[in-house]
Amino acid sequence: MREITYRQALNEALAEEMDRDPSVFLMGEDIAIYGGAYGVTAGLMQRFGEERVRDTAISEAAIIGAGLGAAITGLRPVVEIMYVDFMGICLEQVNNQVAKIRYMFGGKTRVPLVIRTEGGAGRTLGAHHSQSLEAWFLHIPGLKVVMPSTPADAKGLLKSAIREENPILFIEHKMLYNTKGPVPEGEYLVPIGRAEVKRPGRDVTIVAHSRMLLFALEAAERLAGEGIEAEVIDPRTLLPLDIETIAASVRRTHRAVLVEEGTRTGGTGAEIGLQIMEHCFDYLDAPIRRIAGADVPMPKSPVLEKLTIPDPDRIYREVRELLA
Amino acid sequence: MNPTAIPDRVRLSIYRTMLLIRRVEERLCALYPDQEIKCPIHLYIGQEAVAAGVCARLRKSDYLVSNHRSHGHYLAKGGGLREFFAELYGRRTGCSGGWGGSMHLADPELGLLGSSAIVAGGIPIAVGAALAARMEGRGRVAAVFFGDGAADEGVFYESLNFAALRKLPVVFVCENNFYATNSRQSARQPLDNIYRRGRIFGIPGFRLDGNDAAAVYAAAGRAVERARRGRGPTLLECRTYRWKQHVGYQEDWEGGCRPARELSCWKKRCPLERFGRRLRRSGLLTPARERALTAEIDRRIEAARAAARREPSADTIECDGGD
Ligand SMILES: Cc1ncc(C[n+]2csc(CCOP(=O)(O)OP(=O)(O)O)c2C)c(N)n1
Ligand SMILES: [Mg+2]
Repeated sequence: MREITYRQALNEALAEEMDRDPSVFLMGEDIAIYGGAYGVTAGLMQRFGEERVRDTAISEAAIIGAGLGAAITGLRPVVEIMYVDFMGICLEQVNNQVAKIRYMFGGKTRVPLVIRTEGGAGRTLGAHHSQSLEAWFLHIPGLKVVMPSTPADAKGLLKSAIREENPILFIEHKMLYNTKGPVPEGEYLVPIGRAEVKRPGRDVTIVAHSRMLLFALEAAERLAGEGIEAEVIDPRTLLPLDIETIAASVRRTHRAVLVEEGTRTGGTGAEIGLQIMEHCFDYLDAPIRRIAGADVPMPKSPVLEKLTIPDPDRIYREVRELLA
Repeated sequence: MNPTAIPDRVRLSIYRTMLLIRRVEERLCALYPDQEIKCPIHLYIGQEAVAAGVCARLRKSDYLVSNHRSHGHYLAKGGGLREFFAELYGRRTGCSGGWGGSMHLADPELGLLGSSAIVAGGIPIAVGAALAARMEGRGRVAAVFFGDGAADEGVFYESLNFAALRKLPVVFVCENNFYATNSRQSARQPLDNIYRRGRIFGIPGFRLDGNDAAAVYAAAGRAVERARRGRGPTLLECRTYRWKQHVGYQEDWEGGCRPARELSCWKKRCPLERFGRRLRRSGLLTPARERALTAEIDRRIEAARAAARREPSADTIECDGGD
């Protein structure tokens, strides 16, 4: 199968959906002429015109609100927030308007809105450009939170997201844009709300999303060399969480390790861990273990940035420890 | 303002500040490819007159809030060179402990409360500092630097309203360099009128040539005085231009984001060159003196940089700031 980057995969998903459905349009800061801070929308303005690929002012709250207004009146906007760190500015719209409008008005409104953004550390951008804030959004019923880790998932999930009737927060990772992977040529979708076993194993279940999935797979490879078979699961959608797939795995392996890049307290691991306990308490042979970012704002120093987030070596060591 | 009406001492000091910023950033451009400085840098070259002119009106006890393009603001407020380089190198001795980086310079002792890499994030903070200054009642003022892009954000207007209502001692300094990353002002704002946007709240606003240090100094003087006397905020729109990429040490017109002609036009209006010419004309600056000044600044820069580079890397993520 051909291999393309995560960035290209996303670009293809946007182009294909725009081709398929004239109501799909894009807007965001620097996405049209410049092609996006990380180049995801490159070439789309040239191809689809300025009406459908729109640059906006530096006004995140208005971008989200306007996206919502267009979505409930029949369009399918895909809006971009350049960094997830800027979501604070538009959180009111996301939380109180985007996520609630359908339910609050008796289910009569459809909200086919996709909010694309990216997060994560790795480029020493400091505390305002390196966060992993997905856990914030798990607390917002009405929203779906999608975080692809591979090019194939990125494409298939974004296409599904654009066809959804409910608002989707689609969080990419800045360190994944240049990663390559096999992506089918033809049309395909990846369903929202479905986890995937990325590597089968019998000894321990590692749940990891976004860039941490890659780290978990690296650790699993090393563990395999020592006879430890880790099963690695990518939830792909964090809200709603496919706990069935995760729980089925834990019932077989009896151990769970949860990896996330975001800060530990109140993180995704807190939620996933408790759901595992609710579903498979009797099957657990060891306490569930969380591997997460340290509870600090992201320091800029490259040395410290590495210390702050999990890495493959730490995952490897902690799994060994758990199994010892 | 007739520049000769500015005391010689102040004129020289403004020039020195601009030269310092220019030389520091040119040094950064030369150093950056070595990849020892790992954080993104938003260079200030071309905009020096704004920071130098405004900060020449601020006292050490006055507050300043900066944005992602913070080097010039930090240096003009008197920030230490060694701590500056140490911060960019990610050293423990950096002005922000190696935790902040280029976009997060601060020195609370100098009233430099911080720099926000979230566009417009610093504007209400300056309003709060002005509120505290008002409550303290000792005549301190607060100033905040932000770009034309920040005028797109809602919090800009909320802050103007908040400050105007209570007549807070704050000076809003918009550095309009006509671009936010790669988007032209005209692609983001229907009218080119940032300086007038405080008027609906009763805030006087002025548009100035931001490449004319004397003009900035004069307007900032009136705004700071007004604030100190309890008459309320002022909005200054300083029209200027950044010479380098939005982020990085190279120029960006090759990428097609800005026309080369625009840059060459603005280079002819170099703030340093213009102010220097005036000083030379009035005999304050002789070629020999200028050479000596540049050499002295370069020596200081190199000494600070070399010392900062030898300092220990930041090595803990725990904050020992005490409680
Ligand atoms: C809230 C927010 N939105 C977007 C960005 C991305 N961004 C960083 S700098 C910048 C441009 C800011 O332009 P301006 O305020 O004019 O300052 P300049 O860079 O021109 O000095 C943008 C959009 C950000 N940092 N914060
Ligand atoms: Mg600007």
